[in-house]
Amino acid sequence: MSGGRIERRFAALGREGRAGLVAFVTAGDPNPGLSREIVAGLPGAGADVIELGMPFTDPMADGPTIQASSRRALRAGTTLRRTIDLVRHFRRTDRDTPVVLMGYYNPIYAYGNEAFLADAKEAGVDGLILVDLPSEEDGELCLPAIEAGLDWIRLATPTTDEARMPAVLSNASGFVYYVSIAGITGTRSADPAAVGEAVARLKARTDLPVAVGFGIATAEQAAAVARVADAAVVGSAFCRAVADGLDGDGDGTRACVDNVLGLARELAAGVGSAAA
Amino acid sequence: MEPVNTYRAGPDERGHFGMFGGRYVAETLMPLILDLEKAWKEAKGDPAFQAEFDHWARHYIGRPSPLYFAERLTGCLGGAKIYFKRDELNHTGAHKINNTVGQILLALRMGKRRIIAETGAGQHGVATATVCARVGLPCVVYMGAKDIERQKPNVFRMKLLGAEVRPVASGSRTLKDALNEALRDWVANVETTFYIIGTVAGPHPYPELVREFQSVIGREAKEQMMEAEGRLPDTLVACIGGGSNAMGLFHPFLDDDGVEIHGVEAAGHGLETGRHAASIAGGRPGVLHGNRTYLLQDDDGQIVEAHSISAGLDYPGIGPEHAWLADVGRVTYVSATDAEALEAFQLCTRLEGIIPALEPAHALAHVMKIAPDLPRDHIICMNMCGRGDKDVFAVAEALGVAM
Repeated sequence: MSGGRIERRFAALGREGRAGLVAFVTAGDPNPGLSREIVAGLPGAGADVIELGMPFTDPMADGPTIQASSRRALRAGTTLRRTIDLVRHFRRTDRDTPVVLMGYYNPIYAYGNEAFLADAKEAGVDGLILVDLPSEEDGELCLPAIEAGLDWIRLATPTTDEARMPAVLSNASGFVYYVSIAGITGTRSADPAAVGEAVARLKARTDLPVAVGFGIATAEQAAAVARVADAAVVGSAFCRAVADGLDGDGDGTRACVDNVLGLARELAAGVGSAAA
Repeated sequence: MEPVNTYRAGPDERGHFGMFGGRYVAETLMPLILDLEKAWKEAKGDPAFQAEFDHWARHYIGRPSPLYFAERLTGCLGGAKIYFKRDELNHTGAHKINNTVGQILLALRMGKRRIIAETGAGQHGVATATVCARVGLPCVVYMGAKDIERQKPNVFRMKLLGAEVRPVASGSRTLKDALNEALRDWVANVETTFYIIGTVAGPHPYPELVREFQSVIGREAKEQMMEAEGRLPDTLVACIGGGSNAMGLFHPFLDDDGVEIHGVEAAGHGLETGRHAASIAGGRPGVLHGNRTYLLQDDDGQIVEAHSISAGLDYPGIGPEHAWLADVGRVTYVSATDAEALEAFQLCTRLEGIIPALEPAHALAHVMKIAPDLPRDHIICMNMCGRGDKDVFAVAEALGVAM
């Protein structure tokens, strides 16, 4: 759906002549209170888009770091309803930063697709990234989501060949998320040259902004991606920053918030140092 | 839905059985899933592929497996006449090899050079490691750490066969987590690797192709029953984790109106305790591991742990075709508890000299419930889908016997 926060944010980044930072954190990690502080602090620390993970027991596309993050969030009592509440809370003080929910389909299906779309939209969610809903299953949630006024962010991968490209770009809106490695989150990093080629290939086929994720953990890596793409997505590194702030019992502390926001500042500086 | 005049037409082109099935996988895997579907369609229509499968079935697996009249068990229960389809006599000791032979032939056809698999009880892992040894391909088997603990003999067998067994310590440390980890491996090695899924679940076309390879069970049983009794059985019974042995027995009979069909889920400590693995009895539709089916889950859609004494049934889902057959009412799904399965395990061992795996012991427990009240000319055919050698340690522990 055009004219939303995501489109406005990327248009603004274009005017500033720089790439954006998409920060992924898991909703409710390490606990509801600290998670609210993390999300509230991210825009000020340089995140241009917030990608909020909806925790799931069986995150099949995620590596150990995000798996652990989801587990912490679930153990702290996070449900999809509370994830939506978190967005609603965030929107009281931030009307501009796009929020995208990312995760797996089953919790949404259990919530009820129609109710979920209505509640998410009302709370201020801007877009959805569903790992296990390829274009073959667009009737499930993609088309109803677009109908409800939410952006549907499609994933393109190194296995997306020319034959597959039209399917991947169909019904895409907001931005296209290029998964830079064939693999799971937080495991390895792509070769920057290969990423550049892949982004160019996507850009030849779509006017949507292209964000690149998987394997970006440092300011240098983020800067390298920022030189060839419209945004860099960082996830596992933020989840590790939360983990590093846990106390000896595995409970969250202020350090979780400080670590995440500190990392966001570093990464934002990296992204900002690269000319788009 | 259209009125059903055959129960054997599914899945549709997009892999759906009614509302179940589908292809709910990460985009990285989609091109490969589409390749696999294409290769499978070609293989299915190729008489040479079928001939190769038949050759392996006969000379390597040892098919056909016998249809055996369980005379003493029949006498003891005092009712229906009980036959076992003896798939526990297959090479490697279970029905799983039917499917791994089919899939390894498909993998070779597709030029894949590395094989991965998940396993619960270890039977599918052993069957995969076996065919990999036979064709000389490297094999990685993902297995939950909890299952490794309770299925040690099978872990060692896999290692002897040259497979690498990777313990999975995430989640419930059982079959569902092994599946997650296998999917993660596949995403990371998508160009080189063929994933041999062990049951009639996963994204389309897996439920269909696994069913086709396992249907050899039902086709044989049908012929053998005609030979033995001159008619079809009245009731089919099979246990269900993911449901591959059951689908293999059931599918050729689905359009035979006179044949009643019972699938037996694992009731663990009892359905009322919440500690069970009965997805149809205790779950609701959801999406996991590439398909929509009945799943054990909480109100938030989080998957809950399954519980069964049998590692092979310890899975919070069920194949999508079973979910559909339950909804349309063609198959009746019932359950048996750990305790009932243990009792059946011992009875069968003593009366028939057959040590059943704990999985078919669940089917047998159901047979023990229904047979006494049925007339003597009622014929039950139960799939004895695995042998119990792998389970003797677990059974000893459950019975409080120190070994």
